[in-house]
Amino acid sequence: MSKVIGLSGNEAAAYAAKQSKVDVVAAYPITPQTIIVERFSEYVANGEVETEFICVESEHSAMSACIGASLAGARVFTATCSQGLALMHEMLYIASGLRLPIVMAVANRALSAPINIHCDHSDMMGSRDCGWIQVFCENVQEVYDWIIQAFKLSEDLNVLLPMAVNFDGFTISHAMEDIKVLEDEEVEAFLSTRKVKYKLDPNEPMTFGALMLPDYYFEAKRQQEEAMKKAYEKYIDVVKEYEKLSGRAYNYLHEFMLEDAEAAIICLGSTTGLVRQVAKKLRGEGKKVGVLKPWLFRPFPSKEVLKALENIKSLAVLDRAISFGAPFGPLCSDIMATFFSEGKIIPIFNVIYGLGGREITPKEIEEIFNLALKTAKRGKVEEKVKFIGVRE
Amino acid sequence: MYALKDLPKEELFTSGHRLCAGCAHPISVRMVTKVLRGPTVIVSTTGCLEVSSSIYPHTAWKVPWVHIAFENGAAVASGIEAAFKAFKRKGIIDKNVDIIAICGDGGTYDIGIQAISGALERKHDFVYICHDNEAYMNTGIQRSGATPKGAATTTSPAGKKIPGKPEWKKDFIGICIAHGIEYAATATPAYWGDYLMKIRKAIEVDGPAVINVLTPCPLGWRYEPKDTIKISRLAVLTRYFPLYEYERGRYKLTIKVPKPLPVEEFLKIQGRFRHLFNPEFKKELDEVKYYVEENWNRILKLCGEA
Repeated sequence: MSKVIGLSGNEAAAYAAKQSKVDVVAAYPITPQTIIVERFSEYVANGEVETEFICVESEHSAMSACIGASLAGARVFTATCSQGLALMHEMLYIASGLRLPIVMAVANRALSAPINIHCDHSDMMGSRDCGWIQVFCENVQEVYDWIIQAFKLSEDLNVLLPMAVNFDGFTISHAMEDIKVLEDEEVEAFLSTRKVKYKLDPNEPMTFGALMLPDYYFEAKRQQEEAMKKAYEKYIDVVKEYEKLSGRAYNYLHEFMLEDAEAAIICLGSTTGLVRQVAKKLRGEGKKVGVLKPWLFRPFPSKEVLKALENIKSLAVLDRAISFGAPFGPLCSDIMATFFSEGKIIPIFNVIYGLGGREITPKEIEEIFNLALKTAKRGKVEEKVKFIGVRE
Repeated sequence: MYALKDLPKEELFTSGHRLCAGCAHPISVRMVTKVLRGPTVIVSTTGCLEVSSSIYPHTAWKVPWVHIAFENGAAVASGIEAAFKAFKRKGIIDKNVDIIAICGDGGTYDIGIQAISGALERKHDFVYICHDNEAYMNTGIQRSGATPKGAATTTSPAGKKIPGKPEWKKDFIGICIAHGIEYAATATPAYWGDYLMKIRKAIEVDGPAVINVLTPCPLGWRYEPKDTIKISRLAVLTRYFPLYEYERGRYKLTIKVPKPLPVEEFLKIQGRFRHLFNPEFKKELDEVKYYVEENWNRILKLCGEA
């Protein structure tokens, strides 16, 4: 039986990790993720968990300790964002290369310089190619649900990849919402304990992290890519099983009013809710618009995105990060590649928004929808990359 | 004290690795594996030892072993220790597992010092062994914080104006002791009985323990591979590398050197100090000699022998 409690995004992440009965947490506080570490410290201090909690001296060591613990066979959780995630960068690759199912909550935040503590997706986009499964959450409920599902997916013996659960800094990390949580026993039954095939075991000595020269390295990397494909397949099993348990349905994507839409917006994270609200209002005015939210960002659900948008005549892709010097923002590049590789050429434009916590307003979203509708009619993009909400 | 006949014949670090002839690392690792207490996990950071002992699909390790990045052996050991602690609490395992990190001086004195400091402060139960060959040897003999004054490396070359590294070597053991740990020691493979005793003591300490092992490098120090143990011994007999230990607040000189050999005996058989014997660098040679004497006196004082 589920119950409703009020939690912020950070608290929900800590609570979900607690219910997942993690063996080891190693973390270093950084705004706006700090509260995850604080809450978990309280669980430890009050004896509410059997977890070994390491209050490390840096994010680099946080990820290193997680790697050590995961190699020993433990279920491992950590949290970070922004500069902390950047400091972990080197170790993110080692975690995925060693095929360690570490789950990490990331309260997305802008990167220095100039220093800024508010939300955008620059941090995780900077680690986009590090071999981690990645989901983006829209609200506190999703943070809770995804942390639990993440352990199930990443620990699957056919997958064995680390997973990042992204949620917008402050917007979600600090916003309190009523969320439905599962009973401890329900989570326990869903996850059981981590099953481990290869670990640091004195009874069965193994070598991990061996040197692979040009004769083997490529094969190891290729296997990681295969694991991503497995993650893609297993993902749907995990969300279906979780739906049976919680009644909350996740899929690769959340589709909103797309069946007959002419123009659509695709974006990640907390902005999606507002975009849907605006879409609803415009529908009331007879404008055929829709919204697509990918939960899963890595591996990227190309097939599902194409299917969801098969009748769209124009698309606006919202990116809350810049890929400096690239033709488009990170999400838009994926969308472009997805469409082009299937020979589907429709007018797609990129909107860069919300860097460093800059708010995006309903009026601005309405402008984007209207531009997309205009673009659909004309059949041609006016401006490939648009910056919304910035003083030019 | 250990007698040779008491040591296990089994080799947990096997032959077939690709370390250089005369390298002190495999000698040190074999010694470590001879005095293990029980189930053990070994962590190694990037360096000669790792790249030469784990070339896929081969491995020289018969203990659970992991290579991690250059700078975080201590942090990874922290995580492994935490996992075993959690397993014990949950009743998943009941045996103690010892954790040993074996890292080079670059990953220790320089880039890894933060991770080491963090792990020592948190008092994780593990042994940190630094293979100190006094430079970044794996990347081609560059200076590190462990490189002694006057030594020529490719980034502190002996030029016409600057004869080798101008700075002194860091006091790594001193840094570790300042963290309030229970056990720290210096060692070198030439004094194997001394080394084995220190490894075992370090393992038996409940909490972090650190050993800095002088591991001569024929390539980087430029000497004949056959001379590794000879040089290891000369380092001690010239008082260049004092062998001592620190145990719960007390220092002890474990190898006494009442009648030292001249420092030159240690320096002159190595290419890295060759330039110091040119007449124009007499001042620098004197400085090295002065440093060796000062350091020896400092250690003697700590050990209550002065």
